[in-house]
Amino acid sequence: MSLDFGLNWDVIAQYIPLYQKAAILTVKLGVLGVLFAVLIGLVCALVQYYKIPVLKQITAVYIELSRNTPLLVQLFFIYYGLPKIGLKISASVCGVVGLAFLGGSYMAEAFRSGLEAVEPIQTESAYSLGMNRAQTFRYVILPQAMSVSVPAFVANVIFLLKETSVFSAVSLMDLMFTAKDLIGLYYKTTEALFLLVVFYLIILLPVSILGSIVERRIRRAGFGD
Amino acid sequence: MGEPVLHIEHITKKYEDHTVLNDVNLTVHQGEVIVIIGPSGCGKSTLLRCINALEPIQGGEIRLEDKKIEAGSKELAAIRQKIGMVFQSYELFPHLTVLDNILLAPMKVQKRSREEVKKEALTLLDRVGLKDRADSYPRQLSGGQKQRVAIVRALCMHPEILLFDEVTAALDPEMVREVLDVMLDLASQGRTMLIVTHEMSFAKAVADRVIFLDGGKIAEEATPKEFFEHPKTERAKQFLNMFTFEDAKTQNTENE
Repeated sequence: MSLDFGLNWDVIAQYIPLYQKAAILTVKLGVLGVLFAVLIGLVCALVQYYKIPVLKQITAVYIELSRNTPLLVQLFFIYYGLPKIGLKISASVCGVVGLAFLGGSYMAEAFRSGLEAVEPIQTESAYSLGMNRAQTFRYVILPQAMSVSVPAFVANVIFLLKETSVFSAVSLMDLMFTAKDLIGLYYKTTEALFLLVVFYLIILLPVSILGSIVERRIRRAGFGD
Repeated sequence: MGEPVLHIEHITKKYEDHTVLNDVNLTVHQGEVIVIIGPSGCGKSTLLRCINALEPIQGGEIRLEDKKIEAGSKELAAIRQKIGMVFQSYELFPHLTVLDNILLAPMKVQKRSREEVKKEALTLLDRVGLKDRADSYPRQLSGGQKQRVAIVRALCMHPEILLFDEVTAALDPEMVREVLDVMLDLASQGRTMLIVTHEMSFAKAVADRVIFLDGGKIAEEATPKEFFEHPKTERAKQFLNMFTFEDAKTQNTENE
């Protein structure tokens, strides 16, 4: 048995720069998508938590729509559907919008569960000390809600970054696209897939590790362990 | 008796069709300690919550001095600063230390300096025997300790009136005393207090006036001596009888 694990390391060395480029694109679009997802999620969670009329119904419909359709379908709809009504957008924008549309609902649910985990009487306790709504939210509810939301939030970030692998369907040259492309061109399937796994791990492992550190930190801050 | 501080006039509180408070009138004077007792579900806690506008009322008016207290009013947060409230379940903020629990509202709401409030907080904590727990988190404290912190937290806002909502009901028996002692101390300082409690001997000791609430109405209003020795209404007699098992037993042994 040789030490090359059946892989052609010269091919891998040649492929690495292509994967690097693709990884940068994946991370860029992924991070942007996640950021917008967080924004959408925060707004939706607040609307739901404070039961703001009309907006509450709209966000409820959005959340169901977003969570119960696959990202691939959402991307197709955005990429091929929107130009039909005169909205033409680039593949990159489509990827970010799609990811934000999908992630928004997941983030909303993560934040909402955190907010709802804080007992309503904590709000009353803050009110009885003369705090207004904004002060109560900032100093009493949010810190407690955060520590509850963090695990779900971290899981969502990882989930969304993985979902970027669907971007290749709208011809974005992300990691998945690059791997499929190289396999199609040179039939070095094992090498191409090996690198695909390695690069996804390079992107996601640090997120995962950072996530668990933050989780531990915020839990300590949250409940004084 | 001091000047009137709190006016409760003809208030009505309903949950849909169910009337919880029915035309309740009460005037609380400066320095007065009023104990509200009554069977569960009679509306005692609801009455306290209405005073703080944590519950909206459907009729009547509540005023602190000349300021009307109503849910949704712009001045509500300012008025609530003058009404300290202590809850049965303590409701300390679990993510903050004892000291930060106490400092939060005075610093953020009243914009007082950290040094000034801290000094006051530590003095008060010392007074309730908890100075060495200033840096603890609520979950590291016993129920009685949490409740004493909650009282200090309310005091640091310099309220004109204090509301106590069954503050010993969730405590183990051996911790009840330490909280009641703090409240007796406050009463002797001339604080204006409205206390909902089931501790009858404490009520007897602390109250200037006892309000017996039954079915959402004030059924009886008297000095503690009058109320506990000669209750006028049948309802109050029945209610007080529930607490007299021990008296009955001692009387029996005396007769033998």
